[in-house]
Amino acid sequence: MTQLILFNVANGLIIGAFYALMAIGLSLIMSLSDVINFAHGGFLTVGAYLAYTLAPYVGFWGGLVLAPIFTAIIGLIVEKFLISRVYGRDPLYSLLLTFGLAFMFEDGSRFIWGAQSVPYQVPGWLMQPLSLNYFFLTGYRMFMVALVAIAVGGLFWIMSKTRLGLRIRAGTLDLETVSVLGVNVRILRNLNFGIGIYLAGLAGVLAAGQLGLQPTIGGSVLMPSFVAIIIGGLGSLTGTLLGGLLIGVASGMTAVFWPPASEAVIYVMMALVLLVRPQGLLGEEGRF
Amino acid sequence: MKFDLRQNALNIVIWVLLITMPAWMNAIGGYTQLGTQVVIMGLAAMALNFLLGHTGVLSFGHAAYFGLGAYGVGMTIRYLDASTPLGLLVGVLAGAVAAALIGPLIVRRRGVYFAMVTIAFGQVFYFIAVRWNTVTGGDDGLTNWHRQNIDLGLFKINIMDSAIHFYYFALVIFALAVGLMASILHSPFGRTLIAIRENERRTRFIGINVNFHIWMSWLVSCTFMALAGALFALQNNFVDPHSLYWTQSGIFVIMCVLGGMRSFWGPLVGAAIYVVLQDYLSSLVSDYWQFFIGLVFVAVVLFFPRGVMGMLRRRAVE
Repeated sequence: MTQLILFNVANGLIIGAFYALMAIGLSLIMSLSDVINFAHGGFLTVGAYLAYTLAPYVGFWGGLVLAPIFTAIIGLIVEKFLISRVYGRDPLYSLLLTFGLAFMFEDGSRFIWGAQSVPYQVPGWLMQPLSLNYFFLTGYRMFMVALVAIAVGGLFWIMSKTRLGLRIRAGTLDLETVSVLGVNVRILRNLNFGIGIYLAGLAGVLAAGQLGLQPTIGGSVLMPSFVAIIIGGLGSLTGTLLGGLLIGVASGMTAVFWPPASEAVIYVMMALVLLVRPQGLLGEEGRF
Repeated sequence: MKFDLRQNALNIVIWVLLITMPAWMNAIGGYTQLGTQVVIMGLAAMALNFLLGHTGVLSFGHAAYFGLGAYGVGMTIRYLDASTPLGLLVGVLAGAVAAALIGPLIVRRRGVYFAMVTIAFGQVFYFIAVRWNTVTGGDDGLTNWHRQNIDLGLFKINIMDSAIHFYYFALVIFALAVGLMASILHSPFGRTLIAIRENERRTRFIGINVNFHIWMSWLVSCTFMALAGALFALQNNFVDPHSLYWTQSGIFVIMCVLGGMRSFWGPLVGAAIYVVLQDYLSSLVSDYWQFFIGLVFVAVVLFFPRGVMGMLRRRAVE
C-alpha cells in the first residue's frame, strides 16, 4: 500500500510538473496580453512531434534542445501575424482565434504524423529503474523533474534579474506606462509569447518520452493547466507552479483510493479554492 | 416607426422560413433532420447569446449545460419513465440546478478570467459522464433509449417515426423558448442586463447589484442551453459525451459570432451556417473537417468580426 501511494505521488508530481510548465506559459501570456491561448496544447503537440521527427538526425539530446526552440519560433510567427492583430479588441476575438488555431494544430498534426500513437525513443540508460523496490523511479522521470526545475528556475531568473523580465513584469501591471517609457510593447509581447511557447514545446518533448505521442496529447493537458492557474492565483508564477504540482499529486492520490474520480477531483479543488479564496492561493485580490 | 417595421419584417421572414422549412429543405439539397439540427443548435446559440451578446459576459463553458440537458433526458427515459415531456423537464432542471450552484462561484470574475473558469468547470461534467460508465455509458455514450410519442389526449404527436413531426415539435419548443427570452430581454430586468453590457461601472453606481444580475442571466442562459441539449439528445436518441467537451463550448461561441452577437436572430443565422458547413465538410473531408472548422474560426475573427447580421445592419445603415 505504501508503495502504491508513493508510486502515485511520484507519478502525480511528474504529471503536475507538466501542468505547471504549461500553466506558467499560459499565465505569462494571459497576464501580459490578456489572451487565453487555447492553442497552447497544440504547441505542446507540435513540440513533441518535432522532437520525434528530429530525433533520427540529431538524436534524443539534439531533439531536446532544438524542438522547443523551433516550437518557440513557430509561436513567434503565429503571434506576429495572427494573434497580435486582435490585441486591443474585445477579448472574445483572441479567444476564438486561439480556439480555431487549437483545432488546426490538432488536425494538422493528425494529418502530418497520423492518428496512431507512435513511440518515442529515450536513451536506454535513462529508462533503468534506480532501485528495485521503487521500480517507478526511472532515471527518465528523475531527469524530467530536474529539467522542469531547471526550466522554471531559469524563467524565474529571467523574470527577476534580466531587463526583459523586468519589463514583462512591469507590463503586466501597467502596459501603458511601460509603453510611454519607451519600451516597444509589440516586441515585448512577442518575446513573452515566445517564452511561453518555448515552455510548451519543452513540455511536449518531455511528454513524448513519458506518455508516447498522439495528436490529442496537447488538448488533454490544457484544461488541467487552467485549473493550475486558477488554484495558484493568476499573476503569480510561484502560485501557478504550486497549483500545478498540487493538482498533480491530488489526482495521483485520488487514483489510489477512487480511480474514477482522479480527473474530476482537480475541478472540485478548483471549486473549493474559488469558494474560500477566490483570488487563488497566491493571487492578489482585485486584479481580475 | 420605420425602424420598427424593419424589425418586424425580419421577424416575419425568419418565422416563415422556419415554418415552411420541410417544404423547401429537400429541394435545396438538404434533409429534414438537418433543418431540425439548425433549429436546435440555433436555440443553443441564442441561449448562449443571452449571456454573451446581451449581458456582455464572456462565457466559454456552455457545452456542459447543453450536455446536462442531454444526459438528463436520456437517463430519465432509459431508467425512470419512458416519457418525453418528463425527460425534457428533468434535463432542463439538471442544467438549471448545476448553473444555479456554480453561478455564485464565478460571477465575481470578469473578462478572460471568467471565460477560463467557466470552461474549466464544464470539464467536471465531461469526466463524470466518461468515468461513470455503468450509468452513463462512458465513452460510448448513452444508448438503448428512444424518444417517445406524446399523447395530448385529443391527438398523438408521432415524433418517434416521423422526422417532420419531430421538426415541428422542436420548432414549437424553440418558439416558446425564444419568445420567453425576447420578453425577458424587453423587461426591466433585461434592460438592466443590457446596461451592464454597455457600462458595468455606471450600472453599479446607480445601485444595481451587478453580480446578482449576472448570476440570474447565467441561470437563464444555462437553462435554455439545457433545453437545447435535451432536444438534441431526443433528435439523435443518443448522448455523446463529446457534446459536453470543452471544444463544443467554443463551437457555440463561434455560432454567435458568425451570425452576429448584437442581433437577436444573429446566433440562429450563425448556427444555420455552422450546421450546414459542418455537414458539408464532414462528408467532403471526413477525417480532417476540424482543421477547416478551425480555419473558419480564424477567418471569422480576422475578416467578419461583426458576423452576418452585423454586416447586413451596417450596410443598411450606410
